[in-house]
Order: sequence, then structure tokens, then C-alpha cells
Amino acid sequence: MGLLKIATAGSVDDGKSTLIGRLLYDTKSLTTDKLKAIEEKSKQRGFDYLDFSLATDGLIAEREQGITIDVAHIYFSTPNKSFIIADTPGHIEYTRNMVTGASTAQASIILIDARNGVVEQTYRHFFINNLLKIKEVIVAVNKMDLVNFSEEKFQNIKNEIEYLATKSDFKKEQITFIPISALKGDNVVEKSTQIPWYQGETLLHHLEKIDTTLTSDHAKARFPVQTVIRPKTTDYHDFRAYAGKIYGGDFSVGDEVIVLPSLTKSTIKNIYFFDQEFDKATSGSSVSITLTDDVNISRGDMIVKVDETPTISKDLEATICWMDKEPLEVSQKYYLKHGVNDVQAKITNLSTILHTDFSGLEENPSKLTLNQIGDVQLKVSKSLFFDSYKQHKYNGAFILINPKTNNTVGVGFIK
Amino acid sequence: MSQKVLEVNALESEAIYILREVVAQFERPVLLFSGGKDSITLVRLAQKAFYPAKIPFPLLHIDTGHNFPETIEFRDKLVKELGVELIVRNVQDNIDKGRVKEEKGRYASRNILQTETLLDTIEEFDFDACIGGARRDEEKARAKERIFSVRDDFGQWDEKNQRPELFDMLNGRIELGQNVRVFPISNWTELDVWSYIEKEQLEIPSIYFAHKRKTFLRDGFIWSANDEFVYRDEYEEITERIVRFRTVGDMSCTAAVISDATTIEKVVEEIRDSSISERGARIDDSRSEAAMEKRKQQGYF
Repeated sequence: MGLLKIATAGSVDDGKSTLIGRLLYDTKSLTTDKLKAIEEKSKQRGFDYLDFSLATDGLIAEREQGITIDVAHIYFSTPNKSFIIADTPGHIEYTRNMVTGASTAQASIILIDARNGVVEQTYRHFFINNLLKIKEVIVAVNKMDLVNFSEEKFQNIKNEIEYLATKSDFKKEQITFIPISALKGDNVVEKSTQIPWYQGETLLHHLEKIDTTLTSDHAKARFPVQTVIRPKTTDYHDFRAYAGKIYGGDFSVGDEVIVLPSLTKSTIKNIYFFDQEFDKATSGSSVSITLTDDVNISRGDMIVKVDETPTISKDLEATICWMDKEPLEVSQKYYLKHGVNDVQAKITNLSTILHTDFSGLEENPSKLTLNQIGDVQLKVSKSLFFDSYKQHKYNGAFILINPKTNNTVGVGFIK
Repeated sequence: MSQKVLEVNALESEAIYILREVVAQFERPVLLFSGGKDSITLVRLAQKAFYPAKIPFPLLHIDTGHNFPETIEFRDKLVKELGVELIVRNVQDNIDKGRVKEEKGRYASRNILQTETLLDTIEEFDFDACIGGARRDEEKARAKERIFSVRDDFGQWDEKNQRPELFDMLNGRIELGQNVRVFPISNWTELDVWSYIEKEQLEIPSIYFAHKRKTFLRDGFIWSANDEFVYRDEYEEITERIVRFRTVGDMSCTAAVISDATTIEKVVEEIRDSSISERGARIDDSRSEAAMEKRKQQGYF
């Protein structure tokens, strides 16, 4: 039994919320009281169908406008698997919230309205999935009932996305195409009787089959130190352990390690999880570690294996997705948060703005505005230890914080 | 030598990571403790995050005065066992001072009155981070909330302008007067919490298990008959029923469910098969479609 994190993407009115509602309804994950509330509200609004978006659009403003503004996290499970779906907004102005929802996802569902085909927003969503290196993309061609379940319409969309994929890092086998009707329930959980030309699986069946061990990271082991545990009690007078979460790979007792930035070598002595000791801990575990040598380690330092050191530098190149109304301008200073490490950063150069339809670049722009994506060079106040995002999701991403407002204003993917 | 490998429980590790970030990024964190299953889970996670050191922040109970006595008994026992500091502030004090007005009548509840006392206490102790056991699966406005949720000095949540939260990176930078509400078990479901309590064999207040109780029926809910705290019309007849509580809130707004689950295993089984959501038994949430969002805008947890 695994846990799969999924992000949805699509334009406004493509039916994302309806699809999620349908998944919940058909897997019997909606409780009777929630269903009753949806029935009542749908009736009150004069709909002759159940408006499942009422289950996910949790904010007053969303229900008023009938659109999704911010990410909602929806939970459901089948006997085989648990799912967390980030229902992210499709509106272009909420792109940052879409990136937020997709940043932790292992798989992504891009919804396309069969009537409209591939639109600008589809490019954008595909581009962001590519930028974030999502492992599995499902293109759900929705509203098939409104195009008479036309195979031709479906095939055209498939061809167009496959052509788009040739310009991206996606391999053909990472993309699955499914014709569905979220409103009527075709191929969502139940196999459609209306689409005999489609031989593939239903959406849920496909999601259940995604191997979560394959979609998780198999990167090099990184142990960023969050905090040092020093009880200073009589029982644990000299006890000193480094607490953090393992990202990528694993650590075992006896592993030779290097502590960054001091470059001190040592060996792992113990691995603790609460009151138990382990010989080995795998990626994703929040453990505490002790070393055989007395090394001076504090928050923000990183423990890695001797032959697996990351890049150590004060200069970095990255692709940035800008998330603030106030644009990014060259020579501005920001706080940069890389994992649990905080430094000051200055943008030294903004080289290009990337067009999210893969059509090309704009050279030497003066600024990066809200929801734009561009390539930058940065200088930081203290050496960082990083990998490229392609090689290590955790150790290759950072956020930028505006020191005046304390807001998270951008996310960076290190090259 | 047989290798002992730590298999990841992703949700548990995530929550521990979040708790460690709180202690690293804030000066004066506090854990909001109601004695309910979610805050009991949080306390266990906090224990694990800093072991063998003690939990490095106090617990805070905003006491409505309308608690189930079993919960208070349990609270005091747990605090004693763990040796952590417990701060209690009473809603009654603000009622006595005339700062808040108690609701009257059939649906009167002190739940909303907690906000004022919570905000006063945050100010009194200058807490910059308040850790809570809310989960995104509880309610649709909760589903929208970040793990680090910034509130202004009125405790208000600006739901339309939340900070993006990317990957595992939690931005805890705040201005003076602001504070952060932290939700380490955001991604857990009700069943996850119960399964965890079962796995860890955590003690929980007895009202979570089936027991005989004096109750009365109103609007399809089973109310605990307590003439001191819970309004009851004379024609509303008291009957003894075998019930348990799925959620522990204020006595005046928490309904019971018919159940014969007397052990934690049976409770887990019952939750797994239930067709009613947890919040379905919280009467204050059914007041309007946006009840939770509106409370949160005013500083409610």
C-alpha cells in the first residue's frame, strides 16, 4: 500500500473540481453528510446535476465566482492505495498556486476540454510539469460526451501533446492519455461503454498502478541538519545528536561521511528514531544521527557520503518562477532558503524569459513579472551545497523571500 | 548481524520535520492542547522529534469551561507524566470581565468565544508560533490552509493571499505582531490519526470509547444531557444510550454517536466503515456553508 501525491492542472471550466468530486463519489469516499450538503446546494443553485466542485472549492470567494483560487488538498483511498490530490487553480493569475500544488506531486493530471483541444494554458501546465520534473503525466481529455465520444478529437489532442513532448524532457512512456467525462463518470472509476475504441485503463485504475517507489527520488543521500539535540540531563549528559530528514538514498551506521561546509570527515555512529536505534534509515525518514568524532555542527550544515559530495559554491544559475506582484529586478537582494539553510542572495543577471509554450526565449529582459519564468544568475552570502534540480529535487530547489514583506516571492530550480 | 532498517512512515516523518522547523525558526512556540485525539498525536510527535530531550515548548489549553471532565482529568495526567509545562487560560474569565458575550438558547456554544481568549494569551506570552492539530481533511476551508499559516496581530487569516509553500521549505519569517499557526498533521486523515494512536498504543480520554451516557435527541444529533452546560427544552427527553464521541470539543457543540467500540481496534474499524464525516458531529460547523472560514478570518484556530 503506497501513498501517491497528485496535482491537477487545467484551464478554468475544464472540470478539475468536477473530476475530483467524481473520483470521491465513485470511490464512495464522500460521506453522507458531505454528499447531502452538495445535493442541497446544487438544488439551491438550480442545477439539475450534482455540482461536485462544491466539495473542493472551500473558500467563499471561490464559490461566489465558481473558480478555484487556491490549492485544496483532497484525501481519499482505495483498498490498494492512498491518494492526496492537490486541486490547483487553472486561472493564469494563480499560476503560483499551481506551482505550489505541483511541487510535491509525483504525478500530475492535465485536463483538456475535448471541445477546445490544446490551448495556451495546456502549454503552460505541460511546461510547469516539465520544469518541476514530475515523473508521470496523465492527460485526461474531458467532456468527451460533448463531442460524441469522437476518437478523432481525442487523437488530435494526443498528437499535439506528443509533438509538444518532443521539445520537453518527457519520454513518451511517461505520458498517458485517457478520454473521460468527469460529469457523467466515463472512464474515471468505471469503464465507459460509450468509448469502445479506447482500450486503456480508467483514470483510477491507472493511478492505482503507478509504482510509488519508482516515482520517488533515487538521488544521492543528503542529510541537512535541522537542529542539534542536546538534552543536558543526568542520563544524557554528553549526548549530542543531529536531527534532520534524509533526502534521497539512505544512511547506515558505519558510513563514512563528510560534514559540509567544514569538510570534516567522520563516520556515522548511531541512527536514532525516537527511543529506537537502527542500522540503516532510508530517504524520507526524520531521524537523528551521531558521529564518531566530535564535530562542530549546527543548523544548515549538511552530512553527505564521502564519495557523493554536491557542488559547493557562492554562485548559482537557476530557472525561476516569479510569484509576486512586485517584479524581480537585477541587483535586488532577497533571502534565499535552500532546504533548511538561509542565506542572503543578489540577482546578478537575468538572462532570459522562457515562453511557456516552448516557442522560445526573450533575451536580456529588464525584469521578471508575476507568473513569469526566467533564467537567472545569483550570488549568495555564504557557500551553499547543492545539486542540479534534475539530479536532486530537494537539494536543487530554493525559494526567494522578500526581506521587506517576508513573503515567498519566487521559486528556483538550480541548473 | 541482522540489519534493522527504518521504514519510512512518510506522514510521521513529515510532521516531525515540521515540528523541528518550528523550534528552529521561532523564539516562543506553543502547542495548543485540547486533550483530543489530534493534540494527543501532536504531543507524541513532539516527543519523538526532540527525544531524548524534553519537548521544548509548553502546552496551552484554552479552556471553555464546558469540557468533558474525563478530558481534563486525562490532560492533567499526561502533562504530569511528560513533565511539560501546561498553560491554561479560561474563557470564563473573559465572560466575567464582559469582554465576550455568551450565546443563549438552543444552540448556544462557547466554541467561538475561544478566539478572544486565544488571542489574549498569544499577546500575554508573546507566542510567535502556535502549533495545532488541525487537518486538511476535516473541512473544506481547512483544506486550503498552509502548514505555516501567517496571521496578523488580530489573528486574521487572509485566505486569498497566502504565501506559496513549495516542496519542504517552510518560510517562518514574520513581522512583529504577526504569528504563525502551524499544522504538522495537515496531510493526515482522521483514519491516519486513529491508526497512529493504535500503532503507538497512545492513551486517550475514555469518552472516545463506547459508554453509557444520559443523552437527548435534537435535529438528528445525540446531545450529552448536562443541564449545567447544555441547553435543553423540557420536552426533550433524557434517555440512556451506549455512545462514544468521535471528536472532543466543547460539550455544547459536540454530538455523540451510537457505538459499541470499546477498544482502539474497534474504533479504527468503525471509522474505516463510517459513512459520516468527523465534522458531521460538530454542530457549530453546520451553521452555514462558510462557518469555518468565517471563524478563521477572525482568528479562530
